[in-house]
Amino acid sequence: MTTIDIGMPVSGLRSVPHLPQEAAKQTKREFTSDQEVRWCPGCGDYVILAAVQAFLPELGLKRENIVFVSGIGCSSRFPYYLDTYGLHSIHGRAPAIATGLATSREDLSVWVVTGDGDALSIGGNHLIHALRRNVNMTILLFNNQIYGLTKGQYSPTSRVGQVTKSTPAGSVDYPFNPVSLALGAEATFVARAMESDRAELTTILKAAAEHRGTALVEIYQNCPIFNDGAFEVLKDRSQQEARIVRLRSGEHVTVGAEGDRKVLVRKGSGVMKFIPEAEAATGESGAVVAHDPTLDDPSQAFQLSRLDTPEMTHVPMGIFRQVSRPTYDDLVRDQVRAAVDTAGGPAGEAELGELLQGRDTWTVE
Amino acid sequence: MSSKTVQALDRVVIRFAGDSGDGMQLTGDRFTSDTAALGNDLSTLPNFPAEIRAPQGTLPGVSSFQLHFADHDVLTPGDAPDVLVAMNPAALKANLGDVPRGATIIVNTDEFTSRNLAKVGYTTNPVDDGTLESFHVHPVALTSITVEALAGYDGLTRKEKERAKNMFALGLLSWMYTRPTTGTEAFLTKKFGARPDILAANLAALRAGWNYGETTEDFASSFVVAPAKMPPGTYRNVTGNTALALGLVAAAHRASLPLVLGSYPITPASDILHALAALKRHGVTTLQAEDEIAGIGIALGASFGGAIGVTTTSGPGVALKSETIGLAVSLELPLIIVDVQRGGPSTGLPTKTEQADLLQAMFGRNGESPVPIIAPKTPADCFSAAMDAVRIATTYRTPVFLLSDGYLANGSEPWSVPSVEELPDLHVAFASEPNGTDPKGEPVFHPFLRDQETLARPWAVPGTPGLEHRIGGIEKADVTGNISYDPDNHDLMTRLRQAKIDGISVPDLEVDDPAGDARVLVLGWGSTYGPIAAATRVVRNSGRSVARAHLRHLNPFPANLGDVLRSYDRVVVPEMNLGQLAMLLRAEFLVDARSHTSVRGLPFSTVELADVISTTLEELS
Repeated sequence: MTTIDIGMPVSGLRSVPHLPQEAAKQTKREFTSDQEVRWCPGCGDYVILAAVQAFLPELGLKRENIVFVSGIGCSSRFPYYLDTYGLHSIHGRAPAIATGLATSREDLSVWVVTGDGDALSIGGNHLIHALRRNVNMTILLFNNQIYGLTKGQYSPTSRVGQVTKSTPAGSVDYPFNPVSLALGAEATFVARAMESDRAELTTILKAAAEHRGTALVEIYQNCPIFNDGAFEVLKDRSQQEARIVRLRSGEHVTVGAEGDRKVLVRKGSGVMKFIPEAEAATGESGAVVAHDPTLDDPSQAFQLSRLDTPEMTHVPMGIFRQVSRPTYDDLVRDQVRAAVDTAGGPAGEAELGELLQGRDTWTVE
Repeated sequence: MSSKTVQALDRVVIRFAGDSGDGMQLTGDRFTSDTAALGNDLSTLPNFPAEIRAPQGTLPGVSSFQLHFADHDVLTPGDAPDVLVAMNPAALKANLGDVPRGATIIVNTDEFTSRNLAKVGYTTNPVDDGTLESFHVHPVALTSITVEALAGYDGLTRKEKERAKNMFALGLLSWMYTRPTTGTEAFLTKKFGARPDILAANLAALRAGWNYGETTEDFASSFVVAPAKMPPGTYRNVTGNTALALGLVAAAHRASLPLVLGSYPITPASDILHALAALKRHGVTTLQAEDEIAGIGIALGASFGGAIGVTTTSGPGVALKSETIGLAVSLELPLIIVDVQRGGPSTGLPTKTEQADLLQAMFGRNGESPVPIIAPKTPADCFSAAMDAVRIATTYRTPVFLLSDGYLANGSEPWSVPSVEELPDLHVAFASEPNGTDPKGEPVFHPFLRDQETLARPWAVPGTPGLEHRIGGIEKADVTGNISYDPDNHDLMTRLRQAKIDGISVPDLEVDDPAGDARVLVLGWGSTYGPIAAATRVVRNSGRSVARAHLRHLNPFPANLGDVLRSYDRVVVPEMNLGQLAMLLRAEFLVDARSHTSVRGLPFSTVELADVISTTLEELS
């Protein structure tokens, strides 16, 4: 019997069978399928795959109880390379399929792998509704700001002005900020990571897996063929520290290296802005913002997500939001269980017979 | 007791017609239940607008419910009403064309005001201007008598009192046809238990209607229709949507698998969602999805996890689900797609019936994408058709189309409730261990290694150790299921998928030809069963021979279908589309099947089909 104590975080993996304590530790090798990986050389997907293959054993789950569901696109080939159960579905629909699977099988750890086109364009509806419902699953959204598999058209996260095969004069489409979108869609766990920062990515993946509900992890991922260098300013060590805002729960939100550090402040309920650390000390520009992903009100997380601009002057990375809310699948199962329990146990032949007869029968002799 | 005469009738067709807000569907439902309880055989046809409340008193707002009951077996809701209850001028005008001369018309004269008459274009009152002189008319001031009868109910507004007029009409008709009202009284008690004043008013109106018939001189006699001679058994009245929902639950029970419905509301399929949502006690899980595509995605995800995944919709929803159906064909997973067909194309006629989705079900996907199709023939038959669909889906690991329609969905008939023990056993075995070895001799699982008899692939559900596998919509290599772009493999897999569906075991087509010398065969599918059977009965009663057969399996066809078709001089195929089955028959068997088609949003009438058969017989003589 599942009961959810609101406010008490329950692990997303609680009902998934774990390996016995005494069992030998699983290895990355066991999670690697025998299929040849077919992404382009230099694709950021390789790095993410390696991180996931290396991280999954840490969860200590029975491998057969892990399912990866994907849509269509380069990233959606991901499940083929993991030796778990996998379903490579159709464009944009993975969150819907995963919803059916996660709701009907609480003993599975369900993962969705998707891209910016798959999740935010053709599958936008399923994404927002999965987040709203808070189905217990983890969505890895690989964002390379381009359509790769269809060979180089702009995506819903491409910058305005981006020249692609379908926008030779520059894109006039205003992009989504996936983190803002997810927060607006009532998501309970939203995070962003860089493909190249394996340690941080692994930390976030672990938190996402542990989250009971839908966890959305946006992963910036480089497409070396059609949008090479999209995140170069964030990878470039000389600029990285001045641009990446590392969100740490309980800590002040800062950017920049020691000595050149800026601190995020906000006056009243006004706009957040970075000011030099020394200036912040006076308090005249407003209160220093401390990050708290567990705030029930998503406003602060949303404001943090808006620090991001197409120029990538300041890009927050880390966990924006991490709150506990009853999950859709738990509630659906609870209703069925309650109905069965109230009736005194699972319906047998007699109960089926009663159902078929209904309440208004007559007999012909 | 009344001193009035009582006449015996063998059959009666009653049509209740009124404004959408007049409660005609409820009135019809209640009369039907009380009639079923008396042991008459019956068939019903609700007919209502798509608008929930069209402007009051207008033609678009007319809602009707027709009931055919008899002392013998009933095949259709009846062509023409013997009794029309018209609650307002719009109801009279909309339905008068269907009423044969000499029939009885009961009109609610209170509503025949000059304003209401003008709304539907009557310049004079048809009740007294001679329009109805060929009919037996009972003018009854239904509204005001009801209000008067409820004079003592001070807690109710006039509007609330007026609203009980449908119960007055029901009481009157119940007296006319000697129906007990105890069932309706129990129903009202349950429905209005929380509002004792409303309950009492409705019960009073019901009794007032009965008493009105008994005491007023206008109604000279009442009628009895003796119970029909039906096979022994326990009966209940069911609509097609109810029977279909019960069939799915029974199938899940007999398969010992969970039933998971992913659905998006759409007329006329939503009642299946409602019915299943109320059956959590039977372990049924229902998810109302964000759209049609998610509905089937959820169902397919559940099927991958080892449940019986079901999605319910109508034609426009099928259009949206097509890509996922194709995925299910490619994944070779069980899935039930219920299409309660309605008038199309596009939004079409949401509340009216049609059977024009056959070719969509057959071919409406990209690539070679065969899907079995099953069509129930009557409301009660939806039960076993649903069980059959689950059997085929789980045995052959394939999506299956269940093509119901608006007439079956909302129409009702008595159903001989089967005992649970006599239902088919639908148990399936999941794959539990590796079924092959790799080049090194290690055991491996081949997700596309087929059963030699059924060509079905193993159903290996997540959670089964050692069977971890990846499948998708990209073409898969035979046996291993790995991605394959190999030309010969794709050719092989395409043919295997087709051969699997072609090889599904379906029973031979049975032909009904009592004389044994018929030269004309009438072949139908789906809800045309009743009108076709009734029409052939009419023709046979006139001493002529005609054969009749009805297809339950549209894909694959029964193995003997070609031989059956070729053994008649003429094959007539009545369809509520422009000849979709006829096209398939011509393509498959090179026979000159003749279409008779109608897409009026209503079932065929017996007379119309009897005429078609007679004309065909005359052409041959």
